[in-house]
Amino acid sequence: MPGEHRGGMDRIAILKLGQALLVTIQVDMHDRLALALEEDLTTRIVDTSAKGVLIDISALEIVDSFIGRTLGSIATVARMLDAETVVVGMRPAVAITLVELGLSLPGVRTALNAERGMAMIQARVAADIAGNPFGEGMMDGADPDGTE
Amino acid sequence: MTPSSPALIGDILSRHSDEILSEWLALLRNRSDHRISARALEAQCAGLLQRLSEATSRASTTSLEDEAFGPVLDMIADVSRSRAAQGFSPSETAAFLFSLKEPLFARIAATDSGRFAGDIWTVGSLLDAVGLHMMDTFQREREDVILRQQSEISELSTPVVKLWQGVLALPLIGTLDSSRTQVVMENLLDSIVRYEADIAIIDITGVPTVDTLVAQHLLKTVAAARLMGADCIISGIRPQIAQTMVHLGVELNVVSKATLADAFALALRRLGRAVVTTRQPVLGAAPHAG
Repeated sequence: MPGEHRGGMDRIAILKLGQALLVTIQVDMHDRLALALEEDLTTRIVDTSAKGVLIDISALEIVDSFIGRTLGSIATVARMLDAETVVVGMRPAVAITLVELGLSLPGVRTALNAERGMAMIQARVAADIAGNPFGEGMMDGADPDGTE
Repeated sequence: MTPSSPALIGDILSRHSDEILSEWLALLRNRSDHRISARALEAQCAGLLQRLSEATSRASTTSLEDEAFGPVLDMIADVSRSRAAQGFSPSETAAFLFSLKEPLFARIAATDSGRFAGDIWTVGSLLDAVGLHMMDTFQREREDVILRQQSEISELSTPVVKLWQGVLALPLIGTLDSSRTQVVMENLLDSIVRYEADIAIIDITGVPTVDTLVAQHLLKTVAAARLMGADCIISGIRPQIAQTMVHLGVELNVVSKATLADAFALALRRLGRAVVTTRQPVLGAAPHAG
């Protein structure tokens, strides 16, 4: 699926997959990048009325309290805009660091890998459609391989 | 009273080496046991006397800083290391060296140089210093053993077991302190990645006490596992421990089950699986096949 890049080189790409936004953090996060990501994501959620945000941090090796807090606030903002955030692929060392920093990201859902995270978002979207007459037909990016 | 020169000891040792050795050995044999052979003991004594004699004739003070005492200290370190490995007690180890005082003092008394007190002081202070060095080495050796065992125990007692596809169990045995929690956490998180586990069951049947600190460590582990996308269930909280925890005001805000079996059943249910009976179980001893 072609990605929709936004911004210059110093931005993290946000891809739209159906009703989900996909963010893959492949570079070292510095504070400005994290803030830019939060801002871009918020705008994109409103623009695309996305129901889910998948943030893949499997390449992220170092976190500090600022990045941890930014992840938390992205999730809170997204929830306010009716999108659920799933953080996937956190490395063991990163998880330990965040816990030691006292940041257990209570508002963020987590999954082991991108596949499972996407399944979580699809399930949420499906549940939304089932309960919402206006949601019918809005899901254009159907799950290609289905969940296990 | 002025201390005598250490050369005095070298002098006594070189003049009466055989008598001192045999008297010393006789004293040691009185309390000897099977842990060390008579020949090995004799070799140690003779070697030490030889080195002491050489060192004291060259040294200018009885301070062990003097480099002349290097060979003596090396030998003493070897002896106390082997004593520690053979399971001797500290007093038994110290007695090996301090029993040398008796034959030495007897020689000093016999020579009557008119400086009795000073001579006794010199011999005493040298042997005391060597004895302290011996104890230091002994202690260090024993501490090494303890440290080694500690790390072995903490590795042995934190295995992660795969119960089912996507279900891991972590049976904890022993007290959870900060350093062990670290090992446990790393082990569990690595296994979650390796087995792609959805659910991890932490079984604390083998944890003797759960106080606020242990509870905090458990919660940290649970929080870290959750960050990686796995759910944790805590099982095996014994009745007394549950009561103590409530009295202490310790709260575990995670799913907890009384036994590992209950936790496993819950895990299977969450994964949409069930255990069913396929036929009536045949109880009692099975007959021979055929």
